[in-house]
Amino acid sequence: MTTPLPPDLTFEQAYQELESIVTRLEAGNLSLDDSLQLYERGQALAAWCDDQLNAAELRVSQLSEDGEIVDLE
Amino acid sequence: MNIPNTTLSIYELTLYIQQMFSLDYRLRDLWVEGEVSNYKRYPSGHAYFTLKDDRSQLKCVMWKANVTRQTYTPRDGDRVRAHGNVDVYADNGVYQLYADTMQPTGIGNLYQQFERLKAQLQAEGLFDAEHKRPLPAHPRLIGVVTSPGAAAFQDIQNVLRRRYPLARVLLSATLVQGDSAPPQIAAAIRALSDHGQADVILVARGGGSIEDLWAFNDERVARAVYESAIPVVTGVGHETDFTIVDFVSDLRAPTPSAGAELITPDIEDLHAGIDDLKMALADAILTRIENERIAVTGLRRAMRHLSPRLRVQNSRQRLDELNTRLVAAMQRQSSRSRERLGSQRRALEAANPANILARGYAIVTRVGDGKRLSNAVDAAPGTNITVQLHTGQLKAIVKERTLDDSTPA
Repeated sequence: MTTPLPPDLTFEQAYQELESIVTRLEAGNLSLDDSLQLYERGQALAAWCDDQLNAAELRVSQLSEDGEIVDLE
Repeated sequence: MNIPNTTLSIYELTLYIQQMFSLDYRLRDLWVEGEVSNYKRYPSGHAYFTLKDDRSQLKCVMWKANVTRQTYTPRDGDRVRAHGNVDVYADNGVYQLYADTMQPTGIGNLYQQFERLKAQLQAEGLFDAEHKRPLPAHPRLIGVVTSPGAAAFQDIQNVLRRRYPLARVLLSATLVQGDSAPPQIAAAIRALSDHGQADVILVARGGGSIEDLWAFNDERVARAVYESAIPVVTGVGHETDFTIVDFVSDLRAPTPSAGAELITPDIEDLHAGIDDLKMALADAILTRIENERIAVTGLRRAMRHLSPRLRVQNSRQRLDELNTRLVAAMQRQSSRSRERLGSQRRALEAANPANILARGYAIVTRVGDGKRLSNAVDAAPGTNITVQLHTGQLKAIVKERTLDDSTPA
């Protein structure tokens, strides 16, 4: 069973975690159970990253004078 | 209203003015001093530039022959003395200096200001490498300080849309040239820094003359960049333009577009990176499983040697052997017994009195005490005796007896 990905996950976090999972798996000093769990999580993260990249659309907003973010366009 | 017959065409008027210029003694041979701006050498080899002071500007041309004779190549901002004549360029109806020679007269004002501020800020440590901060690898929110209508802002968005559409742009709008630009630019940077959510700030302005870019040589802007809590990248002007903020910022980009590229990863690289990671992930787990399999195989082999089953098997085999030997021994034993039993039975048979009687022998007993008689001594004449035959009995009385010599008395 793997922990579900948090809703506020950022691309950078996901990508870094994916990298660290690969590194840990490659080190090969984990139990098989832990390795399989990490592998599943890695797969979920990779799929999530792909989705993010495929769905991404640049958002442009402006900082108003009172410090609020206002969407442009 | 009469139209006077002296009405001139534009060309005629221009020629007239040109003639007036050429008649003027002073305009034919003069020195003029000012600051060089927009100095451009065309492919033709001629140089076009402007000389100016704080109140006026003068268009200037230097023909190729004179340009090549110059040992000094002017740069924008240089203060120079130029010699030549002033004439009218009829096509455009403008007067300009046709310069034949030009000399620097020390460092120009703007250049001087630039150098003075640069030296001052450098001495204060604003350019020190240890203040340069690393940029985030995957910025989520990109603060952009520029003019919303400028081509530079469009260029930045285009680059980001193509390269890293995961990002969100947060524009902090400002004028980027003119006297009111410096405080505005500084305020726009501070606003983003105070807001605090942007991961990186891109301060950008497209190319232009040194005067156009001058706002980015302002001390207020430089200090706002230095004081920003968020890393600042500058993309001001073109490749060759260096402004003070470029020295202060965490990273200088040659142009606004280049700035947008420098602060973002390329989505193609990210796709490739994720693909690589996916492959590495699969490799790692397969290797892990394979190692496990190898280990299990090794263990199973080891187990087979150590296993009690082997010992049980060995024991069982030994037991079987023993059993077989036991059975064989028992069989041998019992057949021997049977043989012995047979001979005994035969001996016993032989000894059975009934069989003896059948052969004609008899058992004689004395009536009264039932003593079996084997000696005549025990039966005086007149003794009642019983004679047991093989079949039946006889009751008899001893009539006479004969004692043998051997008979014990």
